[in-house]
Amino acid sequence: MNSVLGRLIGGLLLALNSGLASAAYQLNFQPPVTRIASEIYDLHMLMMYVILAVFCVVFGVMFYSIYAHRKSVGHKAEQFHENTTVEIIWTVIPFVILIGMAWPATKTLIAFKDTSNPDITIKATGYQWKWGYDYLKGEGEGVAFLSNLATPQDQIHNQKPKGENYLLEVDNPLVVPVGKKIRVLTTANDVIHSFWVPAFGIKQDAIPGFVRDTWFRADKEGTYRGQCAELCGKDHGFMPIVVEVVSPEKYAQWVGDQKNKATAAAEDPNKQWSAAELKARGEKVYAANCVACHQISGKGLPPAFPPLDGSAIATGDKKKHIDIVLNGKTGTAMAPYGKQLSDTDIAAVVTYERNAWGNKTGDMVQPAEVKAVRK
Amino acid sequence: MSAVIDNHGHDEHAYHPSGLMRWVTTTNHKDIGTLYLWFSLTMLFVGGVLALTLRAELFQPGIQIVNPEFFNQLTTMHGLIMVFGAIMPAFVGFANWQIPMMIGAPDMAFARMNNWSFWLLPVAASLLVISFFVPGGAPAAGWTLYVPLSIQMGPGMDLGIFALHIMGASSIMGSINIVTTILNMRAPGMTLMKMPMFVWTWLITAYLLIAVMPVLAGAITMVLADRHFGTSFFNAAGGGDPVMFQHIFWFFGHPEVYIMILPAFGIISQVIPAFARKPLFGYASMVYATSSIAILSFIVWAHHMFTVGLPTAGLLFFMYATMLIAVPTGVKVFNWLATMWKGSMTFETPMLFAVGFIFVFTMGGFTGLMLAIMPVDVQVQDTYYVVAHFHYVLVAGSLFAIFAGTYFWIPKWTGRMYDETLGKWHFWLSMIFFNITFFPMHFLGLAGMPRRIPDYASQFTEFNMIATVGAFGFGLSQLLFLYIVLKCGVFGKGEKAPARPWEGADTLEWTHLPSPAPYHSFHEQPEVK
Repeated sequence: MNSVLGRLIGGLLLALNSGLASAAYQLNFQPPVTRIASEIYDLHMLMMYVILAVFCVVFGVMFYSIYAHRKSVGHKAEQFHENTTVEIIWTVIPFVILIGMAWPATKTLIAFKDTSNPDITIKATGYQWKWGYDYLKGEGEGVAFLSNLATPQDQIHNQKPKGENYLLEVDNPLVVPVGKKIRVLTTANDVIHSFWVPAFGIKQDAIPGFVRDTWFRADKEGTYRGQCAELCGKDHGFMPIVVEVVSPEKYAQWVGDQKNKATAAAEDPNKQWSAAELKARGEKVYAANCVACHQISGKGLPPAFPPLDGSAIATGDKKKHIDIVLNGKTGTAMAPYGKQLSDTDIAAVVTYERNAWGNKTGDMVQPAEVKAVRK
Repeated sequence: MSAVIDNHGHDEHAYHPSGLMRWVTTTNHKDIGTLYLWFSLTMLFVGGVLALTLRAELFQPGIQIVNPEFFNQLTTMHGLIMVFGAIMPAFVGFANWQIPMMIGAPDMAFARMNNWSFWLLPVAASLLVISFFVPGGAPAAGWTLYVPLSIQMGPGMDLGIFALHIMGASSIMGSINIVTTILNMRAPGMTLMKMPMFVWTWLITAYLLIAVMPVLAGAITMVLADRHFGTSFFNAAGGGDPVMFQHIFWFFGHPEVYIMILPAFGIISQVIPAFARKPLFGYASMVYATSSIAILSFIVWAHHMFTVGLPTAGLLFFMYATMLIAVPTGVKVFNWLATMWKGSMTFETPMLFAVGFIFVFTMGGFTGLMLAIMPVDVQVQDTYYVVAHFHYVLVAGSLFAIFAGTYFWIPKWTGRMYDETLGKWHFWLSMIFFNITFFPMHFLGLAGMPRRIPDYASQFTEFNMIATVGAFGFGLSQLLFLYIVLKCGVFGKGEKAPARPWEGADTLEWTHLPSPAPYHSFHEQPEVK
């Protein structure tokens, strides 16, 4: 028995050792970059020391007793029981230790909840399965964009080697200036999500129909990665949060770029697009918004996520097709995209879906038609 | 102390249906206890297979074995089956076998209701299993069934809700039965403060169950109404609030956690004194500590919701109240240690599991204290840290206590001694593989891996691999347990058990009944001094 145990322990140590060889994994919190996060880090360490001390005392006593008070070494059982003094002592001591823990925890908690006087206010909206950011107040007001997972599907399905930031990369990261108090309002479009950036020490549930808030002030420039922390359906594991903390100058420049982009993107709603243009744009929109459920092949994942390839809607009446993309379908996982996508994007993706895979309707949808269905 | 037991049965009890009908129509507490225990062991293996599928998928990054949707179904069903199918029925099984024997009663108070409350369970379990095969699959919103995600689910969710309703009804009936039995059928002279600790913990647990199972029923009924009848209990657009579901759910859910651990405390409080050959150190303070834990369990529910955005005053209240639980829990652990202290200990399998329980359960208690600290909880909420925490208290806590109890009482139940060598193997394999599985999860959670995800970033790979290897080792080790209990329970092999195989065991079932306990025991109640 002993030799087997020895081998088991040896194997475990080896496994741990090989783990130590690769530098990527960690045993503790990510390095904190906000005051709150470092207070949380310290609280955790303080608690760890207290717990370790208690652990050593309690199990020191237990294992000594196991060693010394065995029948096999001839120890005779004493029959004592009930001792009020001892019982009071072991009730009071933990109580005092708890007060010692509660004090710093209370201070951090109060600071954590103080969202007053922010420099910039950003609304983070959880969608199934991406984040949307609206800069509501402060520098950058008016900037708004969606942030999708940027890891390609073939990495997830093991057809290509995984990148450095596998599953923790997005197309449009949240950008904030260093040293400024950022208030994040969270809400959701469909189900509950949770906005979590470990390095900032914040996690705030995003609740549909309600607005909650949290805040952070990042002290160090850099890129910080988090994930949705509340089970939100099929692709819960695939909606990361990436925050880039930049210098104020870079931030100002980024805001300028975003505004320019927005102007450039404000297309003429009456422009007539060619079929090829629509299909090319539609493919991109599809890849960002639809592929998770309906799949790159258009075959979907029935029964929850029906195929588009050969579907009655994608090959039938155009209006119905536009309508389901705009307004979703209640009672199913099909979300309304009317608020997230522009008329042009919806026209493009509908055109793409009607002419991709086995679907060969040959027709196309212009932004003006989408606009008409919106009304 | 008369109460001589007639081993040959009484005339009025001579009619025993045999074969299947014996089990379907039985009103005997021992038969029903056996049914509960086999049911829960079956569910343990079903839930275990689901868990191993999860761990296999999580062995390395990328999607290999199951797709994300099915993965969520597996996490949800693993939770529901283990909580409602494995752990809770196992403790009810112990209650059925042990409470009448330990208080000197001939049977449970409501024998027919007892039959009914068991036979509801297979029905509920079938509904859960069937839900995998309906369009949209099994519920995939997590065992907590948070809205609005649970509103989105297909018909599998309705089956899940009905299953929970049925199991809730079963639990309430079982609890009423247990309370009535304990309060009315104790042997003359057995005052409340002379009851064995296991009976005490079950009395308190039964009250908790009666208090909170209707709350769960209410919550899921509202989900059902929101899903099908156009109500808006939890829909903001109709004036409802999704967070209200969480408040109601956890008002049930936190006492539920103690429902799964208090009977475990009871078992451990029987086993430790028996093998230390020394009375329980602070019997009265154990009773008070258990009661305090039960009462506190009603005012701490929102510590499961520290990230939903509660007001500061609320957070402080729930943080302090949660931290307070450490005091009575500490009292229990210190009491067990003081019972061991200067005893004359031997380490047969029940004692090994009991000591193992104290060791790992206390680690779960430490992480629980960490989670009580709201600012730290914010970092680890919904991560693998929480997964590690509740498996430390539920697997190493409740399940190890169930193992301890099974090895402790199986001589009384079957009249056969279990295989001591294999029992020890079972303990050491379980203990080692349990820690290989769940200890690394603390690191994963601290480093930032969310729970309930089918795929993860590359930096989490090593610990996930270790956890998966541990999980398969842990799962396979339980086959040993199956073999051990089959051997004495079904095949009747093994050394014949004496009436009192454990030197230090002094409750009525050991001192007054032969092994195996006769089908009808304590026809005349013993006198307790």
